[in-house]
Amino acid sequence: MSATGSFLAWSVYIGFGFLILAIILAFVRLVRGPSLPDRVVALDLLIVLAVAFSVLVAIASNVAAYLDVAIALALVAFLATIAFARFAERREAKVGHSTERSENEC
Amino acid sequence: MLTEILTGLLVLLGGFFTFAAALGVVRLPDVFIRMHASTKAGTLGCGLILLAAAIHFGQIEIVARALAAIVFLMLTAPVGAHMIARAAYRSGVPLWGGTVIDELGRGQSRSARRTAAEDEAERLDRSTVTNRGATTSST
Repeated sequence: MSATGSFLAWSVYIGFGFLILAIILAFVRLVRGPSLPDRVVALDLLIVLAVAFSVLVAIASNVAAYLDVAIALALVAFLATIAFARFAERREAKVGHSTERSENEC
Repeated sequence: MLTEILTGLLVLLGGFFTFAAALGVVRLPDVFIRMHASTKAGTLGCGLILLAAAIHFGQIEIVARALAAIVFLMLTAPVGAHMIARAAYRSGVPLWGGTVIDELGRGQSRSARRTAAEDEAERLDRSTVTNRGATTSST
């Protein structure tokens, strides 16, 4: 943290506080979510919050390499979200409405 | 000095928006309404913090990297939210009690109230999920 910008320092601290509160709330939804898509939404938000946290660490420590961490994390977040959504849909197709699906086919 | 104040304001605004997104995910009543909070406010907050990093560093390659991250985030957030919403709707997650309209018409005599949107959704889904049998899906 550079000693010159005290306003920037305080705003980065307050931003860290907001992000930590947001991560705690997302964990609450992740634990409490009644169904699988609730937990997938909470995980998606959690990875977006982790990207924001990494960028904030890059600002606070003046190391630009944390931005690369953020970009890689965003890529992995997209793939994980798609994979979780496909998993939920496949599980539903296999377990839930198999009879209805076969009746709609013909 | 000016860039520092601008960076600080963007960080504060981004932190507030991410906090609002998490609060909405906890407090809102339904999967789809929660997704509304998480996708839009979360992406906006993360994008604002990335913009703050771009202004704070100021070198051209880092600005390009941050802008690429913003574009990627804004490109992938709607796709992911659409996939989760479709999976949630098709796996029968109950809607909120105050829902005004359900245009896909689940629940009440599904075959009788079959709308064109449902036909389109099912046709698209079948053509993407199962690659085999293209002739049967086209008929």
